[in-house]
Amino acid sequence: MTDKQVVRRFEQIVGAENVMAAEADRQAYAYDAAVLDSVVPALVVRPETMEQLGQVVALCNENGLPLTVRGSGTNLSGGTIPSSTRSVVVVTNGLARILEINTEDLYAVVEPGVITAKFAAAVAEKGLFYPPDPGSQAVSTLGGNVAENAGGLRGLKYGVTKDYVMGVEFFDVNGELVKSGSRTVKCATGFNLSDLMVGSEGLLGVFARIVLKLIPPPKASQAMTAVFDSVEKASETVSAIIADRIVPCTLEFLDNFTIRTVEDFRHAGLPVDAEALLLIEVDGHPAEVQEDSEKIQEICRKKGAVSVQAAANAEEKDLIWQARRDALPALARLKPTTVLEDATVPRSRIPDMVKKIKEISQTYNLDIGTFGHAGDGNLHPTILTDKRNHEEYARVEKAIDDIFEAALAMGGTLSGEHGIGLAKRKYMETETSRGTILYSRMLKQTFDPKNILNPGKMIGE
Amino acid sequence: MADIAELVRLLKELEDDLVSCTRCGMCQAVCPLYGETGRETDVARGKLVLVENLSQEILDDPEAVKERLDRCLLCGSCAAACPGGVPVLDVFLKARAIITGYLGLSPIKKAIFRGFLSNPDRFDSLMQWMGRLQGPFTRSVNKTLGSSCARFMSPVIGDRHFMPIAAEAWHKKAHRDFTEPRQSGRTRVVFYPGCLVDKILPRVAEAAMEVFAFHGVDVYVAAQAPCCGIPALSAGDVKTFSHLVEKNIRIWQDLDFDYLVTPCATCTSTIAKLWPAMETYITGDSGKIRDQIPGIVEKTRDINAFLVDVMGVQAKQSADSGTVTYHDPCHLKKSLGIAKQPRTILAASGSLQLSEMSDADRCCGMGGSFNLAHYELSKKIGAKKRDAILATGADTVATGCPACMLQIIDLLSHAQSKIRVCHPIEVYAQSLRQTAGPARAENQK
Repeated sequence: MTDKQVVRRFEQIVGAENVMAAEADRQAYAYDAAVLDSVVPALVVRPETMEQLGQVVALCNENGLPLTVRGSGTNLSGGTIPSSTRSVVVVTNGLARILEINTEDLYAVVEPGVITAKFAAAVAEKGLFYPPDPGSQAVSTLGGNVAENAGGLRGLKYGVTKDYVMGVEFFDVNGELVKSGSRTVKCATGFNLSDLMVGSEGLLGVFARIVLKLIPPPKASQAMTAVFDSVEKASETVSAIIADRIVPCTLEFLDNFTIRTVEDFRHAGLPVDAEALLLIEVDGHPAEVQEDSEKIQEICRKKGAVSVQAAANAEEKDLIWQARRDALPALARLKPTTVLEDATVPRSRIPDMVKKIKEISQTYNLDIGTFGHAGDGNLHPTILTDKRNHEEYARVEKAIDDIFEAALAMGGTLSGEHGIGLAKRKYMETETSRGTILYSRMLKQTFDPKNILNPGKMIGE
Repeated sequence: MADIAELVRLLKELEDDLVSCTRCGMCQAVCPLYGETGRETDVARGKLVLVENLSQEILDDPEAVKERLDRCLLCGSCAAACPGGVPVLDVFLKARAIITGYLGLSPIKKAIFRGFLSNPDRFDSLMQWMGRLQGPFTRSVNKTLGSSCARFMSPVIGDRHFMPIAAEAWHKKAHRDFTEPRQSGRTRVVFYPGCLVDKILPRVAEAAMEVFAFHGVDVYVAAQAPCCGIPALSAGDVKTFSHLVEKNIRIWQDLDFDYLVTPCATCTSTIAKLWPAMETYITGDSGKIRDQIPGIVEKTRDINAFLVDVMGVQAKQSADSGTVTYHDPCHLKKSLGIAKQPRTILAASGSLQLSEMSDADRCCGMGGSFNLAHYELSKKIGAKKRDAILATGADTVATGCPACMLQIIDLLSHAQSKIRVCHPIEVYAQSLRQTAGPARAENQK
């Protein structure tokens, strides 16, 4: 088929209004939230039904057209940047229906384009709880969350997206519908393809429907803050809390640079001299919450916290989390370009990692603010720069190399929750092995012989 | 300007603002237009990319960029929610001006802006004629709302339900000078009705005058009411914009006053935010007009904010004689952070219970000229607002912007609703009227 004929076929499948071929439209699908070069796709299509989605995938395969699925394009590792200028971008926001919320069997069935926060709100309205809360939840899609195995602030106690995927239905490259998992708690039927699809970054299939686990919400919660004059003390506190058999739902860390930046931004009275701030929340049964929060405050004091404060009411609680929510926006305003990383280390290594990041920032003379999920070792060193300054950006790239090297040396991982995509594929072999890459490529070759599904991401070509 | 190199050079001046967009995409959560279409070129991130690409000559189609830039309500929801603080509206308006400077203004816009809008007297006469001639062509559809629709098929009106144009612009008969000497100690206010109140909803201005009288405010109403310039600015016609700013400032420059008060959210935010942001385009009197802008901005107040923050109006215990719900105009809440004061004014009436609608600050879909160019989309966005209003069961919906009022009247009129649509100042004025005798005497003691 000629290019024109292919476009006509796409138009026949999804309707002309859902095919974007104009240069100006295509340029708006050339990027995501990662600081990487844009790649303008050949075509953008927006299916509105599952059947259309299957036909779109099959048509891409027939014509050997690379295909990148895009939800809201908030990926931080380049996963939704088109692989090449021949790529077709398949937008999922036309597939955004919540098909079922089952309050008896505690599951929900959704289309891939449903927005995470809207879904969580719909679930909450029915008196249930969907815990994964990635930072971009107000815009991110559930399909993207599953494809990237997104995390969030509640990871420590409630786990991440993979812990809530009960089943998936996806199209293979021929447009055949593959089903795995079920709506039951137990399921030992067939290969566990659902788990394989979680975090597969669009390389193995295209999601059509997802079955997600729901849980009852906690009855009570208590938020508190603890101020420290050293990162070590803060980190020891984190370890001591866990060692005392308490698992807070959220345990967040802000370093001095971030504290100062947030305070400049919001003027909420944060302790600008503090080396570290822990923001902690416990939830569960009211009696347990009461007991745990008292214990945590005691541990904080014992470990040398300068001050510990529990939120007395909803407004105080909101103020605590406002500081955490402000971290990224406040940092982002300092310089035009914000590089947000998510290297993750075992939680006992947090002091070493924070120290290392500080060294790296001095070595390369860069502004780096570090905040993140102390409870699970998932830090977000955030490098503030200006990509137009090529000399400085070269130093940024070296700093990123060093951060990953350090994380891996400490037994950590390249990505806690952002995925590998394009940004981190060059480090993949260092964390895993040559064999892992080859095995993954064989797997992909089997499922996708023409290599049309998001080619080049994660495992290279 | 017909030189593409010049277009590129001017767009490059926006570079510092353009690069501060980190492409995080959070604007997708709040953009009312994107919420309907799901198209990246409809949301701020996509538009900023197109402007940047045009400036870097990655894209060489200014017309395509302009067409996409123009699909925008200018509600500012994206800018208010932007984690990186990108001044999205300023960038959009400047880009519209630059690209329009390159492509030229369409003949019809040129005729409207240069021929009428920039000449207040001629604009008044046009509206007056339309006000007198509209009778045979329109018919009343909803008595509570006072809305009309076209009697015959009309390409301009479509199936809109609209408020008829006043037979005479309000300011013509309301023109008045300060009555008290400066030494009297009375607060001196220049009241600026704004075109929509002046020519379509004069009842809002009447209510404002009653309230001013009650609070003993000395009011000035100019003999001419030039537009604040927003329609021209949003169309990229900075020449007309500059001309209108100059006309207004020349009226005010020799007056001795404390505040410039308007009942229009859009006029308030245009004067307070956009005049300073767009000052490079304001060229009158070799820069002397521009120099006066900071002084004007400092005195500019939304009428609700003026009454609460300056005059100290307070909420009252409310008798339960009905319920009112309040819609936050984007240009009050998102541009100026004014959300509490209009609610205080409603509560100060002491008559209606406030029943909040869901997402009270969600754009109503009006967007000024957006409604004219994209009525179907505007209606779709508005449908969510209509449903939120109806769900409250309130018998009055109030909002601090005449443009939002017109949109809500259209939405409710189509739904055959009997809900009254008004400005908070009307609710307040009504309550003053009801308790007028004793209260006024008390106040003037």
